[in-house]
Amino acid sequence: MHKLWASTYKEMLLISRDIGGVAILFIMPVLLLVVITSVQDSTFKTITDFKLPVLLVDNDQGEVSKSIIDNLDDSNAFEIIQIDSEDEARDAVFSGKQQLAIIIPENLSASLQEKVDKNVGSVLERFGLDQEEEKVITKDDPKHEVRLYFDPASQQSFKNSIKNGIDKMISQIEIQSIYNAFQNELGEDESEDNILFETDGFISFVEILPTKGNKEIIPNSAQHNIPAWALFAIFFIIVPLSINIVKEKNQGTFVRLRTNPVPYAIVLGGKTIVYLGVSLIQFTLMLLVGLYLFPLIGLPNIDVSGKLATLYAVALFSGLAAIGLGLLLGTIAKTQEQSAPFGSIMVVILAAIGGVWVPVFVMPKFMQLLSRISPMNWGLEAFYDVFLRNASFVKILPEISLLLLFFIVTLLISIIYNRSQNAV
Amino acid sequence: MIEIVKLSKKYKAAEDYAVRDLSLKIKKGEIYGLLGPNGAGKTTLISMLTSLLKPTSGRFTINGLNFQENKTELKNIIGVVPQEYALYPTLTAYENLSYFGSMYGLKGSSLKNSITAHLEIMGLLKFANKKTSTFSGGMKRRVNLIAGILHKPKVLFLDEPTVGVDVQSKNVIIDHLERLNQEGTTIIYTSHHLNEAEFFCTHVAIIDRGKIIVKGIPSDLVKNQEGANNLEDVFLAQTGKALRDYA
Repeated sequence: MHKLWASTYKEMLLISRDIGGVAILFIMPVLLLVVITSVQDSTFKTITDFKLPVLLVDNDQGEVSKSIIDNLDDSNAFEIIQIDSEDEARDAVFSGKQQLAIIIPENLSASLQEKVDKNVGSVLERFGLDQEEEKVITKDDPKHEVRLYFDPASQQSFKNSIKNGIDKMISQIEIQSIYNAFQNELGEDESEDNILFETDGFISFVEILPTKGNKEIIPNSAQHNIPAWALFAIFFIIVPLSINIVKEKNQGTFVRLRTNPVPYAIVLGGKTIVYLGVSLIQFTLMLLVGLYLFPLIGLPNIDVSGKLATLYAVALFSGLAAIGLGLLLGTIAKTQEQSAPFGSIMVVILAAIGGVWVPVFVMPKFMQLLSRISPMNWGLEAFYDVFLRNASFVKILPEISLLLLFFIVTLLISIIYNRSQNAV
Repeated sequence: MIEIVKLSKKYKAAEDYAVRDLSLKIKKGEIYGLLGPNGAGKTTLISMLTSLLKPTSGRFTINGLNFQENKTELKNIIGVVPQEYALYPTLTAYENLSYFGSMYGLKGSSLKNSITAHLEIMGLLKFANKKTSTFSGGMKRRVNLIAGILHKPKVLFLDEPTVGVDVQSKNVIIDHLERLNQEGTTIIYTSHHLNEAEFFCTHVAIIDRGKIIVKGIPSDLVKNQEGANNLEDVFLAQTGKALRDYA
C-alpha cells in the first residue's frame, strides 16, 4: 500500500509540474464543449430567433403562392426575400450566397383550381348531381413543379427536412382547395356557420417526454453535448497517459523501476489513481460549465438534481475504461511518435463509432455492431440514460459493468505484455 | 556471493553473442570491475545480473538466490545504478530519492534520514529541493547513485557510474562507494576509466567479445603482463589497439 501511495504521489507531482499540460487537460475540453454546444444549440431549440433567409420567386401571384408565403411566414423559421428572376435566385444559391430558393411556377393557382374543379365535378356527376358543364379529366393536364434550389454545400438532412416541410405545405393547400371546390359545387356559402368540411387535421401527433415527478424532461443541446464531449475529453486522457509511460521508458526511470522490488501493477496503479482524478475533475468542470456558464452566455443549462451520484459513477467507470486503454497503449508503444498520434486518432474513431457525432441508429448495420463494442458507446448510453431517460443506478449497471470489465482486461493485457517483454 | 555459470546472451537481431559462456565467481566484499572496449558485453552482463535482460542460456545466483525463484527477495538485496540518469527531471532530488526509496519499502524517518545523510555526503543537501533538470551532469550522477544505495544493498551494480563527470564529482562518488564497500556491500562495476578501476577495484575482469580474457587482482595483472606498467597497458595488450566502433 505504501508503494502504491508513493507511486500515486509521484504521478501527482509529475502532473502538477507540467502546468501547460494541466491547463490543456482541463481548459481544452471545456472550450470544446462551449464551442460545440453553441454551434449545435439552434438544432435543439424549438423556438428560435434565427430565421433562414429564403429567396422566393413568385411567378404565380395567386391564391396558392399567397398560401405558400403565408405558411412560410407563419413557420417563423424563414425570412422570405422575394425577387423576380429565377436565374438570379439560382446564381445566388449555387454560388453559396444563399442557402435556399423556392420558385413558384406561373398559373399555379389557376391550374390547381381548374384541376380540382374537374376532379370534384367528375365525382359529383357520378353521384348523379347535375353539373352546369361537363368537366373532362385528361391525363395530359400539365403538372406544375415548385422548384427548389439548394446550396450545393447543404447537408442532405437539411434538404430533406425543407423538402418534407414544403411538400406537406403544398398537400395542405391542395386539400384545402378540394374542400373549397366541394363546398362551392354544393352551392354552400363559406361562412363559419355553414362549414360542410372540417378542414383542421383530424389526426395529429404529440411528443410524450419522459417525466421526473410531474415535470417533463425536455432534452436540450447542453444535455446532449455535456455527456458526449465530457466522454470525449475523458477518453482523450489516453494521449497524455500513454506519453507519460513512454517518457518513463525513454528517460531511464522505468529501467530503474524494473530493478526495484515493485510490481508493474503498482506502477500502473499510481497512474490510474491520478489520471482517474484528472478525468473526474474534467467532468466536474464540464458540469460546472453546463450549470453556471451556459446560462450566462445564452445556452441552455442542465438539470443534475438527484442525478449527481449516478453521473459521477458513469464518469468514474468511463475514466477507468479510458485509463485502461491509455495504460495498454503506453505499455506497447516504444516512442511518443507512436503513442500520441495513435492515441488521438483512436479516440476520434471510438467517438465516431460510439455515437458521439452521429447517432448509432442511423449508422450502417456493420457500424452499429461495431459501436456495441466501443467503450465510448457504453459510457454515452449510460450518460444518456441518466441525463435524458432519468434512469436509476440499477439501469446503468450493464453499461458500467462493461466499462469496468474493459479496464480490467486492458490492465491485465498491459501487465502480461510487460511481463512477456521483460521476463528474466 | 555471486556465481555465474556459462551465461550467454544473443540478441534477436544480432549475428553474434553479446555474452558467451561466461563464468565468474565474485566473493562477498569484493569490488569487482568489469572492463572492456565498447560492445564487449559489460552492460549486457550487468543487465542480466540485475533482471533487465533474460539470458539466452546459463545461470547465476546472487547470495544463493535467483530471479526465477526469488525475484522480490533478490531485488531487495541488490542496488542498481544504471548508466543513464534514471531520474524524473521535473522532480526535485529529494522527491526522486523519496520515490525510489519507497519502492524498496523505506518510509517515514528511516527514508528521510537515509536521503538526508546521502545527500549530505554527496554534497547535495543544499540542492535537495531543486529540480534535477537544473543539475549539472556530475550532480545528476550523484543523485543517480544515491537512488541505488538508499536501501543499503548487499550487492551494488554500477554501470559506468563516473562517466562524463568532473574530477571532483568522481572523487566524491568513488569515496562514497569505498565507504559502502567497507560497510559490507559487494560492488560490481563497469568502467572505461582504467586508472580509476586499477585503484578502486579489488578484482577486475577484462571482457572482450562477450568472453572474459583475463581476470584477477589489478596489481597481479599488471605484474603478469609483460611490459605493462599499469592496467591500461594490460587492457591494450589483451584487447588490441583496433577501434571498436559498432552500431
